[in-house]
Amino acid sequence: MTEDLVWRIAGGSGDGIDSTSQNFAKALMRAGLHVFTHRHYPSRIRGGHTYVEVRASEDPVNSRGNGYNCLLALGDSFARNPKENAIYGNEEIKPLAENLDELNEGGIIIYDEGLVDVSEVPNFEARAEENNWHVYPMDLRSLAREHGREVMRNTAGVGVTAALLDIDLTYIEELMRSAMGGDVLEANLDILQEAYDIISEEEFTHDLRVPTGDHDEDQLLISASACIAYGALDEGCRFISGYPMTPWTEVFTIMSQNLSQFGGISEQVEDEIAAAALAIGASHAGVKAMSGSSGGGFALMGEPLGLAEMTETPVVLIEAMRAGPSTGMPTKPEQSDLESILYSSQGDSNRIVFAPGNAAEAYDQTREAFRIAYEYQIPSIIVIDQKVSGEMVNVDESFFDREPNPDLGSVLTEDEIAEAAHHESGKFKRFLHDTENGVSPRTIPGQKGGRFLAAGNEHSEEGHISEDPVNRINQMARRAQKLDSIREDLDSQESSNQTTFGPEDAEYGIITWGSQQGAVIDAVSTLNDAGHSVKGLGVSDLMPFPKNDLAAFLESVDKAIVVEMNATGQFRGLARKELGLYGEKMSSLLKFDGNPFIPRDIVTAFEETIVEGKDDVSNERTKYLPEAGVTQ
Amino acid sequence: MSVFSAIGEEREIDSNEFTPGIEPQATWCPGCGDFGVLKSLKQAMPEVGRSPDEVLMVTGIGCSGKLSSYFESYGFHTLHGRSLPIARAAKLANPGLEVIAAGGDGDGYGIGGNHFMHTARENHDMTYIVFNNEIFGLTKGQTSPTSPKGHKSKTQPHGSAKDPVRPLSLALASGASYIARTAAVNPNQAKEIIKEAIEHDGFAHIDFLTQCPTWNKDARQYVPYVDIQQSDDYDFDIHDRREAADMMFEAENALHEGEVLTGRFYVDDDRPSYQQEKQATGEMPEEPLAERYFDEDYEWERTADSLLARHK
Ligand SMILES: Cc1ncc(C[n+]2csc(CCOP(=O)(O)OP(=O)(O)O)c2C)c(N)n1
Ligand code: SF4
Repeated sequence: MTEDLVWRIAGGSGDGIDSTSQNFAKALMRAGLHVFTHRHYPSRIRGGHTYVEVRASEDPVNSRGNGYNCLLALGDSFARNPKENAIYGNEEIKPLAENLDELNEGGIIIYDEGLVDVSEVPNFEARAEENNWHVYPMDLRSLAREHGREVMRNTAGVGVTAALLDIDLTYIEELMRSAMGGDVLEANLDILQEAYDIISEEEFTHDLRVPTGDHDEDQLLISASACIAYGALDEGCRFISGYPMTPWTEVFTIMSQNLSQFGGISEQVEDEIAAAALAIGASHAGVKAMSGSSGGGFALMGEPLGLAEMTETPVVLIEAMRAGPSTGMPTKPEQSDLESILYSSQGDSNRIVFAPGNAAEAYDQTREAFRIAYEYQIPSIIVIDQKVSGEMVNVDESFFDREPNPDLGSVLTEDEIAEAAHHESGKFKRFLHDTENGVSPRTIPGQKGGRFLAAGNEHSEEGHISEDPVNRINQMARRAQKLDSIREDLDSQESSNQTTFGPEDAEYGIITWGSQQGAVIDAVSTLNDAGHSVKGLGVSDLMPFPKNDLAAFLESVDKAIVVEMNATGQFRGLARKELGLYGEKMSSLLKFDGNPFIPRDIVTAFEETIVEGKDDVSNERTKYLPEAGVTQ
Repeated sequence: MSVFSAIGEEREIDSNEFTPGIEPQATWCPGCGDFGVLKSLKQAMPEVGRSPDEVLMVTGIGCSGKLSSYFESYGFHTLHGRSLPIARAAKLANPGLEVIAAGGDGDGYGIGGNHFMHTARENHDMTYIVFNNEIFGLTKGQTSPTSPKGHKSKTQPHGSAKDPVRPLSLALASGASYIARTAAVNPNQAKEIIKEAIEHDGFAHIDFLTQCPTWNKDARQYVPYVDIQQSDDYDFDIHDRREAADMMFEAENALHEGEVLTGRFYVDDDRPSYQQEKQATGEMPEEPLAERYFDEDYEWERTADSLLARHK
């Protein structure tokens, strides 16, 4: 097996790291490779150290992999001492100094000697020698200045990388041509070529080369945030309301930038309570609508969420999790909002929850979330986090070759209203008790004869506020019945929302949900390659809980580790609550330091706990929770 | 048949059509000012020519919030303080609807204060009626944002140390383009003002003085009232912000000295509504968005057709 390239570009935030890495990833994708990008950034706008990793492989990629093997350290221009020639400072070396820990043995380092004084990096020489790193100091800054402006250091760095790894410049040049023009383009092309040429004259000490790949189909480089937006648009969503909060802002931005082209409306409003309430108002008036937020903002939506449930107003909410509690770590992923997503809002309240594990799933499940919300008149929540929302992967273009679905679900036409059940007061029985699957037919304000009251209080069939005990029981039962109908509906779909991987008859299982799926997929394949017998399950339906899928999986294995990014094992708790048994089979591997799992975390934990039977794992960044005893 | 055939229908409308089969006496106390709002509203509707099926009444929580139960139309009885964000989105989704929001002073100026400020600022074309009884009615008589300074209640036994909010001034500062105050004890004026508010193209705010004989004992607390348009003592230009602001200031001070000034305080007919502004920026379709979902001929575009190329 040839080694995958994992290239890390590091610099100051604001230095153009994001766009450069995206273009680089696209160039590799166009060259036929599978790619995956991982983004790391601090909660600061300017200054502060940031990096993006691009992994490229001839085979499909699910995660960032373990460590990386090529570093381009640009130096942090925003940290630079503003005095003309005093260019060296402690901050500037960070893109080099702070990225060494995860660089694999035998890796490559390219750093900008125009900005980084390597003698300031503690133990650099010694570490390089010890780890057998191949170091290429280049004056990228001067090169960029010579032909253009200093910010074009990025381009110089890409040129050097391409030469060192034997990457054809054609794709990179093509992308530059489509993104810029005039003098800027010329300067960039010159820099790219010159950087490439300079390095070609050097003698290479490393032997890493970019693998060759060949896709069968045209590819797109896309994130889960974009997939959610496109899924929503294809499903006929034409209204979004929100208030910015990281990382939800990403979906909100993409929707807002594209919605008007489809004749839709985007509203940035005063707070998250209003945001969710607007989506509910628009939906009530007959438009497919969504809103969303992150952690604290979503907490504010608890109240309108319950209103949507009680009034049976369809709506889709996005919860892009970040580390909490409170304002937590704004730019760091965590999966610790699960319980608040499942249970926020008072009363015995129901909602639908999907947690896609990658970009393609995000598209599919967003469409499902809308379909279910509108068909069954219930709020749906799509759960993502900073990891899956921002990482870019290649997806077959044909995957998106789908038909739009503008269907408003269980809504009547005026002809149908005329034939429907009406109360003697003239009101239409919007919340009819006696229905087949718990769903009562809906009308839209402005339709003739369809008048009803959507009340957040408990209400009668026509919507009048009611505390009649019999009515209460009927309404509660009907709303709960919808969950059973939805479970049946989801189970009857051709493709399951649960993702399984590894040999079917494996002895052990690894269960995960949402964004950590990719790392688990890679860990499972590494473990099987090493002779273990392991299979994996990535769960995306969180409510209604996929009891049958989970039970069948747990039934089939001796033991299972639940992998999730929180401190208390929230998903394991949910599974035990829902299944009422198998508690003894599930242990947990948890991580909550703000950095997602890499496959190695999971592989090591598996070997130490399951194979060697230890009570704990050696990696201090992960936490092992042994099985919690037998229930039942 | 058109999709929303109730909208824009031309016919004689009778105010009795707005009476549902259930009676407000079930929850409103005898002598409550809320009856007055309901009555004036029902009388205004035939005059503006709107039928129950084309009106969306969105209310908050409180005695006042029950208005949507006793007024026959499409209704949304929302959450405490949240009527406005729901109402304004419904209006954006279907501008053909006559959207009226209503709630109490606690609902609108307290918990929903932020929404009030922003909805007025955006100047949505809708009517907002605040039942101002200077008390929390439904939760049994606690101090409200409009209760006068020194007002004692079970939760403020030492008397409120706060100045009351100034609803008219707040609406003006926030950007409402029609601002009036009326009183339940003055049904004719109330009906006229409701009618004007509904016909106004923009955010129309009515601070509606309603007595609460149960918790704010003096049932005739807004009598005698003065209609500022009928009185020779008040001469100001309702189209002039500064003059309107001064008049509001005076009225707000006077209320707690026992002088009830009612009438129109500010009218701006020139300011475009939010919907018009939004359409001007190209962010909102000309035809009602909600209609599109019923239009068999509308061609729904796939994202694949226009958005995916940038990801190649
Ligand atoms: C979030 C929330 N907080 C508190 C309440 C309790 N509550 C219901 S009505 C009300 C006050 C009502 O006063 P006002 O808005 O002045 O209306 P009125 O009853 O006087 O018409 C309160 C505090 C609630 N329903 N929801
Ligand atoms: S408590 Fe006051 S506001 Fe509520 S119904 Fe009785 S009189 Fe009216």
